[in-house]
Amino acid sequence: MNIAGREFTSRLIIGTGKYRSYEEMRAAHSASGAEMVTVAVRRVPLDRSSESFLDYLDPALQILPNTAGCYSAEDAVRTARLAREALQTDLVKLEVIGDQTTLFPDNEQTLEAARVLVKEGFVVLPYFNDDLIMAKKLLDAGCAAIMPLAAPIGSGLGVQNPANLRIMREQLPDATIIVDAGVGTASDAAVAMELGADAVLMNTAIAEAQDAAKMATAMKLAIQAGRLAYLAGRMPKRLYASASSPLQGAIK
Amino acid sequence: MTRALRVYVNGESRELSGPTSLAELITKLDLPAARIAVELNRTVLRRNDWNTTMLQDDDRIEIVHFVGGGSI
Repeated sequence: MNIAGREFTSRLIIGTGKYRSYEEMRAAHSASGAEMVTVAVRRVPLDRSSESFLDYLDPALQILPNTAGCYSAEDAVRTARLAREALQTDLVKLEVIGDQTTLFPDNEQTLEAARVLVKEGFVVLPYFNDDLIMAKKLLDAGCAAIMPLAAPIGSGLGVQNPANLRIMREQLPDATIIVDAGVGTASDAAVAMELGADAVLMNTAIAEAQDAAKMATAMKLAIQAGRLAYLAGRMPKRLYASASSPLQGAIK
Repeated sequence: MTRALRVYVNGESRELSGPTSLAELITKLDLPAARIAVELNRTVLRRNDWNTTMLQDDDRIEIVHFVGGGSI
């Protein structure tokens, strides 16, 4: 998979939140085979010395800063600029949230922020509602990849609207589509890949599994399986049976 | 006679006893200089400018770092 000239072997991108310990996070990252992890930007606490969270990440991992927690285009742009200054990376996972209960993206603000950031030279990966027209607008704005949701963030519901993902894949054959948010278990990740996603980004499904490293392995395999199935091209669905054995020559 | 300054760091009011550069403020706050970023009155400041940027009364400073997170 190629994102703005960067080549990735793994089609799994994972988060760094909600783990019970740094050790558990590191084990899960390692088991997942992911080459890119996403991190959030927050105010430094002033009342206590804070160790650098980034020191706990495998230095080989590509860090993808995100604008999680932003509710306006303006805040997302400010956050992206801060992340770039601190990490010297142009990559940004753009998130502008529209509502606290659903954490659904605010597509209008997301598009506005994307336009500003692309102009400033960022490699923008926007999280958005699984909508073809919005996808086209984000790509026209110059986003390097698009990140439609499968289901609400942290819900673990799996792909709620497979038709939208299929349509997006068919209508945007050249776009890099990364399904972001809502995957709950391995089969959900496989479904996203079978629908033609180029990659899946997840956090909670791994971090909240009882054994995070084991789930990370399951996700790695599911994404490989789903990708292979997509490339292989599935058989058509039929309502009635279709025998696999020849009908002639059976004993009477 | 040096005049005290009042600035706001991450939303908290801080009094500085005299002329202070941004780099000095960061040292004073005991923050690691690596992998943080600073915004002064909503504009990101390049690291190279920390030394020469003198804080003014009522400046709004945001200092950020990275934390674990996927989304939200």
